[in-house]
Amino acid sequence: MPNAEPVITMRGVKKSFPGAMALKGVDFTLQKGEIHALLGENGAGKSTLIKILTGVYERDQGEILLDGTPIHPRNPQDAQKIGISCVHQEINLCPNLTVAENIFIGREPMKFGAIDWKTVNKKSYEIMKGFGLDIDVTKTADSYSAAIQQMVVIARATEISAKVLVLDEPTSSLTAVEAKKLFDTMRALKEKGAGIIFVTHFLDQVYEVSDSITILRGGEYVGTYKASELPKIELVAKMIGKEYKELDEANVRSGKAVSGEPFLSVEDASSSEISDVSLVARKEEVLGLSGLLGSGRTEIARMIFGVDPALSGTIKVKGQKVKIKSALSAMRLGMAFCPEERKKEGIIGDLSIRENIVLALQAKRGIFHLVPRAEAERLADLYIEKLAIKTPSREQSIKNLSGGNQQKAIVARWLAANPELLILDEPTRGIDIGAKAELQKLVITLAGGGMAIIFISSEIDEMLRCCQRMVVLRDKSIAGELDGDISESRIMSFIAGGADSAKS
Amino acid sequence: MQKVKRLSQNQIFWPLVVFVSILLLNGIATKGAFFEFKIVDGHLYGRIIDIIRNGGKLMILAIGMTMALATGGTDISVGSVMAISGAVACSIVDGRIFPGLGGNAGVAIMMALLAGLACGAWNGFLVAKVKMQPIVATMILLVAGRGIAQLITQGKIVTIGINPAINPINPSIYYFINGGYILGLPFPLMIVIFFFLLALLFTKRTAFGLFVESIGVNSAASSFTGINVDLVKLLIYTFSGFMASVAGLIESAGIKAADCNNAGLLIELDAILAVAVGGGSLAGGRFSIASSIVGALIIQSVTTSLLAMGVVPQAALVAKSLVVIAICLAQSKSFKEAISSRFRKGAQA
Repeated sequence: MPNAEPVITMRGVKKSFPGAMALKGVDFTLQKGEIHALLGENGAGKSTLIKILTGVYERDQGEILLDGTPIHPRNPQDAQKIGISCVHQEINLCPNLTVAENIFIGREPMKFGAIDWKTVNKKSYEIMKGFGLDIDVTKTADSYSAAIQQMVVIARATEISAKVLVLDEPTSSLTAVEAKKLFDTMRALKEKGAGIIFVTHFLDQVYEVSDSITILRGGEYVGTYKASELPKIELVAKMIGKEYKELDEANVRSGKAVSGEPFLSVEDASSSEISDVSLVARKEEVLGLSGLLGSGRTEIARMIFGVDPALSGTIKVKGQKVKIKSALSAMRLGMAFCPEERKKEGIIGDLSIRENIVLALQAKRGIFHLVPRAEAERLADLYIEKLAIKTPSREQSIKNLSGGNQQKAIVARWLAANPELLILDEPTRGIDIGAKAELQKLVITLAGGGMAIIFISSEIDEMLRCCQRMVVLRDKSIAGELDGDISESRIMSFIAGGADSAKS
Repeated sequence: MQKVKRLSQNQIFWPLVVFVSILLLNGIATKGAFFEFKIVDGHLYGRIIDIIRNGGKLMILAIGMTMALATGGTDISVGSVMAISGAVACSIVDGRIFPGLGGNAGVAIMMALLAGLACGAWNGFLVAKVKMQPIVATMILLVAGRGIAQLITQGKIVTIGINPAINPINPSIYYFINGGYILGLPFPLMIVIFFFLLALLFTKRTAFGLFVESIGVNSAASSFTGINVDLVKLLIYTFSGFMASVAGLIESAGIKAADCNNAGLLIELDAILAVAVGGGSLAGGRFSIASSIVGALIIQSVTTSLLAMGVVPQAALVAKSLVVIAICLAQSKSFKEAISSRFRKGAQA
């Protein structure tokens, strides 16, 4: 960067939430006319940093300079006034208003005490044209594609203030072609001298548009690099927290090579969310589904469990061809699924631990075969003890438990249903270290006892500890399968994009 | 003390306290006349018996409404379904429709109940399969239901059994639904007890109650555990429609006519209120049918006693709303805490 001129400088920014330190002193510098990717795993602190910059949160410590002057944005409007705008993942438009109305909403030009629609429409047209879009701005926003809508959001943001633009996962709802259009827009804005912070989990896109990259990990600042000087595999290594060299050494897991018979085999199956999945889950084995968030891991689990049923392809359970149309049919075949979103899809907050634990078994048995109270109590007590769920009593509402204990109760719910295949989607996310280790141990013990397990996690360490075999996903398709010779470097080379990046 | 505390935490405790105090207040206001019972021809009469008889419809509706609200939904079509049920039954007894049945009251009752089941199933279909919001889905029948009832009665108020020359059939079986007595007690009370026990049995002796509460708290998580959320919802709305048709029969048997415009008018609000006054959450989750029935009794006793005190019906509605606000506040935990902390502060000062 020859004429480096910082527009945003953040130094030693700290932020803590009850029970967790989200940012532990982060530095970040954004130059004028630069696209700067902000990367990190889930929970690395990216969104906290952005929310501090845009005034959603207040920082605990540290300073932020805009063009050399300290700033303290108190809310997003405040931040916008001084020139910092943020565009979020979800397209934030009023779909029933016209494009022009959306662009000028809240600051319509007035004439004789009424809104000057002529100017609104004329100016909006010019603005969109400036983005290379010759569109009818008097049509409603929802008559355009997601990409154009996203562009309208960006146009509105830059119209209000063009100094700093934060794009938080802007491409997640766009197709590849639409994303390309967005990148052109970003480059055009860069030419005009705007500083753009780009948050994404699509690593290919990072390299396509970014000039520099800043990496956060666990709330800490890892470093800032020029995009052209940081190979992708090193980037992944830094995000995950392993030195590249350390990874490259044959860090092969000495997993036991035994595996039982195949319990489930999926051949070329496709659902509405993911296509062409082939994999086999065996008894006495933990199969890992690895890949970045959004790479299709959850989608596979949902397909297998009948939440998004397979539309084509073959699924076999113990060699028998089956159709899995609903969660209940999957359960009747001996499957269980702990979903990723514990609060939304797992716990039934107001019900007691006993009721939560017995629920899946009850659903499996059917409405008319009530699990007797005594049996429910016995099961609840059994799993509270077995999984060391910390609670004063089994009649406690599950919402009063800590995250780790809630997760254990959800696992207990499925164990009580006595499954042969257990699918765990991010079972250890957001729970403390102790509970994490206990759950990992449990997974290995269960597999040892003959259960087939499909394990999904963003943490490679955890995957290495638990899995005997691993299917690696990238961009909603299977990038490869690792058997026996599983190492972080191999996983990462698959995540990062195949053989070519592994070489670099 | 420990026992009293546990008792007071039971959902039904405060509604019962409120109900008993309303009865006591009435007793004081009438200098005891309120609690008088008369036995005429082996039948019990008295103010309390009136409350129970007149509250029968509301208690029946409250049973169905409790379930609908427990899933996080609602059913605002019950008043119109009552009108349909009354219209079907009276028109058959009258020979206006299906004259071939000869005005058979038993068949008329069966047909009315079937109509209620069909209406409820329609609501359930819209909520569970079409995924409409419950208030909108049931609003369709709320609006259209009275029109359907008018079509059945050909736009007339169908009175039954007034003139034996026109209507030769003796509809006394039909009158029995509202006016009959068994063991000296009014028949509507028997109907309430029957359906209360049935609902209790079905929710407690099967897993249905657990599934309903689970869906009400977290519908997404419930479907992940393999609960057939759609089926449970379909059953519940069908049941609520059925309960409404039972209430419609009681109503039309009481006035000996089907009045499509006024039968069950605005009663859906009273039914929702009965659940709320009974301490049930309108957001779904835990439910207690018994508490809702007490809630219905509270509402009925407030209405009856206001009218008995000579408050004109129009003003009685205002008075009723004030009483309901007071009852809800009295049951609110945070309100009670706020009041007691205010008192404590006052004591310190």
